[in-house]
Amino acid sequence: MNETMMIAGMALVTFSVRYVMFAMAGRIRFPLWFKQALTYVPPVVLSAIIAPLILMPEGYLDISLANPYFWAAVVAASVGFWRQHLLTTIVVGLVSFVLIKWMMS
Amino acid sequence: MSNVIPNLTPQPSVTSASNSSEFLQGAKATIPMIIGAIPFGIIFGTLAESSGLSIWGAMAMSLFVYAGSSQFIALGLLATGVGPIIIIATTLVVNLRHLLYATALVDKISHLSHGWRALLAFGLTDESFAVVNGRYLGHTDTARAHWFFLGSIVAMYSNWQLCTWLGIGLGELFPDMTNWGLDFAMSVTFLGIVIPYLRNKPMWLAVISAATFAMILRDLPHQLGLVIAALSGVCIGYASQQIELRIKPAKVASTATNTESTKTTNTKTGSTKP
Repeated sequence: MNETMMIAGMALVTFSVRYVMFAMAGRIRFPLWFKQALTYVPPVVLSAIIAPLILMPEGYLDISLANPYFWAAVVAASVGFWRQHLLTTIVVGLVSFVLIKWMMS
Repeated sequence: MSNVIPNLTPQPSVTSASNSSEFLQGAKATIPMIIGAIPFGIIFGTLAESSGLSIWGAMAMSLFVYAGSSQFIALGLLATGVGPIIIIATTLVVNLRHLLYATALVDKISHLSHGWRALLAFGLTDESFAVVNGRYLGHTDTARAHWFFLGSIVAMYSNWQLCTWLGIGLGELFPDMTNWGLDFAMSVTFLGIVIPYLRNKPMWLAVISAATFAMILRDLPHQLGLVIAALSGVCIGYASQQIELRIKPAKVASTATNTESTKTTNTKTGSTKP
């Protein structure tokens, strides 16, 4: 019961957040500064989500050799900047993560 | 963002394409995102039971909520015994970024019916946004691009359901799978999405400050740290862009007249043009 309510609530808020702007399409105009500020939103939010996951997986800042998340991210980012190709970045990141973890164990 | 969808940009044929080929192009352009979502979806399914969510609950969450990172956060909160109201509120806060994705796309979909808009809104994930935004920015003819959008959503959605289901099954077979670190898949996908944006100083500054704030404020309750970090990042990025605009025209006085307009366009489509 609790679970159904929770999932229904999560579905409702998620859909509302995604739909509200589309529903009002054509009826709102945004100032230029707002549109310019918006271009920063995706990269900023995504990096705010992943920075703690990559740099502090155990709850404290860890850039030692014992943190496979950090080193795999370094490899993935280097390949990402070099090749500029998303699929390559993701695959190289995943493979190097598995390898680094395996080498550490 | 031509790098995100490398197989699309050099094809002028897309402009005269049919609905079905737009749909297929959208699905195809989403393949890199799907690769990243596979381990991430599986780990979600695997973690569900140990976090106290039933099998049906996990499946229903993927079917109806369909928001990877907040589903993951919800599991974490459930495991620590947090109640449904707080979880719903946290979901709202974490997913507020989709409001901004929708704002970025709203002008492109305003000609569509409400049914279409609701459908596309339901599937507006980080991954589909990245792919679809690239499509809208990369081509002038976007009359049929909503089929591209739908193709991306259908591909991403089916894969997410399949992986959740697979994860639930695998979690019963290998209970220690949660320690394999599959959650890194989300991090590396998001990292891959961020990289093409990093083409100018304001963007670098915005991303670095958001990441720093997110780490400093990590222990604030209900993901508040994430919200504050994101808002500060956007403000710092925008402010430094404004400062740059004001300094640059003064430095190169001769070309000052068109610097501002060029700069503005560059930043708006910053992720598409090298």
